[in-house]
Amino acid sequence: MNLITYIVSRLLQMIPVVIGVSLVAFLAIHLVPGDPVQLMMHGRATPETLQAAHAKLGLDQSLLIQYWHFITNAATGSLGTSIIQNADVGKIVGERLLPTVLLLVTSAVFAILIALPLSIIAARRSDQAADHAIRLVGIIGFAMPPFWVGIILMLFFGIYLDWFPISGYGRSFGDRMYHLVLPSLTVALFLAPILIQSLRAAILDVMTAEYITVARAKGLGPWRILIKHALRNALMPVTTILAVNIGWLLSGAVVVEYLFSFPGLGSLLVRAVGQRDYPVIQGLSLVFAILVLVVNLLADLSYMLIDRRVLKA
Amino acid sequence: MAAAERQAVQASEETRPPILEIEDLVVEFHQGGKIVRAANHVSLTVRQGETVGIVGESGSGKSVLCRSILRLLPSPPSFVKNGRIKFAGRDLLELPESEMQKIRGADIAMVFQNPMNALNPVWPIGDQITEGERVHRGLGARAAHGLAVELLKRVGIPSPDIRVDEYPHQWSGGMVQRAVIAMAIAGGPKLILADEPTTALDVTIQDQILALLMDLQEATGTTLILVSHDMAVVAETCDRVAVMYAGRIMELAPTAEVFARPRHPYSLGLLRSIPRIDGKGQRLEPIPGQPPSLSDLPPGCPFMPRCSFALPACGTAEISLREVAKDHFSACIKAADLVAVAT
Amino acid sequence: MDHSNTLKLPLHRRLADEFRRWPVTLKVGAVILLTIVLAGVFAPWLVPYYPYSQDLNNTLQPPSLAHPFGTDNFGRDLLTRVLWGIRIDLPFGFLTTYVPMIYGVVLGSLAGYAGGFFDSVLMRVLDVVVAFPFLVLIIVIVAILGPGIFNIYLSIFLTAWTMYARLARAEMLVERNKDYILAARNLGYGPGRIVFRHALPNVMNSSIVFSMSDFVLNIMLVSGLSFLGLGVTPPTPEWGAMIAEGRDFIFEAWWISTLPGLALVITGTALCLIGDGLAQRLGERRHALI
Repeated sequence: MNLITYIVSRLLQMIPVVIGVSLVAFLAIHLVPGDPVQLMMHGRATPETLQAAHAKLGLDQSLLIQYWHFITNAATGSLGTSIIQNADVGKIVGERLLPTVLLLVTSAVFAILIALPLSIIAARRSDQAADHAIRLVGIIGFAMPPFWVGIILMLFFGIYLDWFPISGYGRSFGDRMYHLVLPSLTVALFLAPILIQSLRAAILDVMTAEYITVARAKGLGPWRILIKHALRNALMPVTTILAVNIGWLLSGAVVVEYLFSFPGLGSLLVRAVGQRDYPVIQGLSLVFAILVLVVNLLADLSYMLIDRRVLKA
Repeated sequence: MAAAERQAVQASEETRPPILEIEDLVVEFHQGGKIVRAANHVSLTVRQGETVGIVGESGSGKSVLCRSILRLLPSPPSFVKNGRIKFAGRDLLELPESEMQKIRGADIAMVFQNPMNALNPVWPIGDQITEGERVHRGLGARAAHGLAVELLKRVGIPSPDIRVDEYPHQWSGGMVQRAVIAMAIAGGPKLILADEPTTALDVTIQDQILALLMDLQEATGTTLILVSHDMAVVAETCDRVAVMYAGRIMELAPTAEVFARPRHPYSLGLLRSIPRIDGKGQRLEPIPGQPPSLSDLPPGCPFMPRCSFALPACGTAEISLREVAKDHFSACIKAADLVAVAT
Repeated sequence: MDHSNTLKLPLHRRLADEFRRWPVTLKVGAVILLTIVLAGVFAPWLVPYYPYSQDLNNTLQPPSLAHPFGTDNFGRDLLTRVLWGIRIDLPFGFLTTYVPMIYGVVLGSLAGYAGGFFDSVLMRVLDVVVAFPFLVLIIVIVAILGPGIFNIYLSIFLTAWTMYARLARAEMLVERNKDYILAARNLGYGPGRIVFRHALPNVMNSSIVFSMSDFVLNIMLVSGLSFLGLGVTPPTPEWGAMIAEGRDFIFEAWWISTLPGLALVITGTALCLIGDGLAQRLGERRHALI
């Protein structure tokens, strides 16, 4: 199998999931008990505005036609109209997408920076004091809810030390990175325990492979073996674990964005739910799901680039 | 026969200096409260340029012996409890790890049993062949690439300039084993340890790989230790043979001597259990019983429970190699009486 | 050890024997969890305050002997509220973990055993549910159904079974080719009997181990939703809601947010330790969120 057919078949596999996901997002607005427009307007809508809003949202057409419009519009990036904000949902969501993606990337980088050295130490000293200590720290870390960790970081680094801003996003790139430090550190601390645990297991697993003995027989030093021969192989299962856990990462991000008043998809979702802005909720649920699917796809592709054997299978 | 010829040459060069001297080596594995003695007072001297075969059933300690020379056994669970391994005048067991790294790959190299597991699946083959040389001699990327192509050519890989950048999964087992051999000779080692180099390969490929090893040894004058469970492989290739059982060397002699006049019941048993092409309907006789558990060795000769020549004294006798004929060592207390039986 | 012999031992001896085999993490975790449960049960007798009673003369008091966790902006004693919070968060976590586990494991093992159409439909449903970030899915369902603890239960019951179905299905795919299943089939047992009587006990282990992490995440979920203002509403003494209330006073009263959070961390750690120990005791690999 070559690269192109692999990618194409992988994309084809995604189609049923995308249909299912779009169906769930589409039904979100239709499963609301009562009239969604009436709910959005807190029951104060007159019959005329109600009718106008229904027409605007397409709610007066049959379900099948509505769904057809929903997916064809979504394919072109249009996700309907927010009655409350009187703006295009695609545009509202689009503005928030980049900050969230940026937050995810910086969080993943922080998480790897934390997890990599700790998992290497834990693996090299497996079943010794250092390993047990790291495992315990991981367990406690896993039990810490991100919104609480965020508040602790806010208190210490934001208020007590006054090193980093505790809310907002900033304007220039550098300023944005500065604003991202605490939120992404919070998400990273949520993710790191899972990463440490899986990386440690993966490294231990790889270190028993015969090619590691061969590498030692060639006269390579322990660090070279670890970095060149063990880590690369151990990172492959970790890529998958990161991708599989992207949902959890995003869940953490929703809470953290809200806590740090960070203008991303998560804080938008919380606000939209508070305002009962159903078209935005609908659009966001679709975008979140697509984000997860895309990350999983990218992980599979990068896996394939690291290990060509995938193509053979 | 090539081996016999070489042996004749060998005999005239008795004065060749030893390159490797293993003295009274004891290696133990400590696992779950049990102590497994995988090498039990092993002594073996290997002279420069010769080919020494180590044969025995699986679990007899031959691989452990091989790996402890390069100090590749993980500790824990393995511990060297006694002995010395002198290589070029230095005791390898005394060297700091950093010195040992300089010897691995450069002075002593190893060929492994299963080629498909011996190479890292995520790096190109050529890269892995010369990696040791890049570390030992600080070879640059381009020079290393050139060396890889040259080495692959020497081990008989067709169009090496193209295949050098391929990955292990793209090659057959026999080809990868050639690459592993190329990796072993990359540093021009004085000693090559080949640990069952043909066991994992198809029968038709086995002979090619053995022939390659022999050719390379002849061309470079390298010393070779060949570990195998197969008496036939050893017969074709080795100058001398050490027969191992339960972590001990039971018999050590020139190959032709072992085959003609085995002086240990276990060697005799091994010989009788291999099919012979010229044997006119001779029946194969498997050795009865199982090798003993290495964690619970009885005193005296470990082969005694399976031995048809056993005496009560075997259960108490001190087991050590004694010279029973010129250059012929046996650990059997009845070695002298065995000649009559074997012939 | 002779099995028939152990069965003859009196119950307390068998329990003692089992307890002796527990890894230290399991023992420590169980002791902490037991302490928390008892503290929740006996909360009214442990502290002299009532979680809803305000004392406007004593607002925003830092931790002291009279108020070990300090007081909040209504002068309510925070330690009292944290202890009463056990009565909300722990049962919630328990129900949202073990109710979906029951039908998740059943559905997953049936799908794994039977294969075919049922299996593929279930797998497609799983793929879709897993494509949504869990919290997002819960928030959207809560947004549709409206807020309230009942709707949160409902939304979790609708979605949380998927993890268990996945685990049980994977285990069942391995298990169904084992000799004892083939033997049961040769005896003419029906699929229902084979799955429930024979295979289920063996496919449960990974779910049991995972349920401990799930328990932690579910407690975090309800407190997270309350923190976002979508879950339990004030003045209910729910841990996440308390943390959210403290957020407004982060500059002058650090203890309101941080100390209730400690309760979450200790509970979560106890559950994780139990999970870790169970994994060792049951000989399971610990699953990192699958």
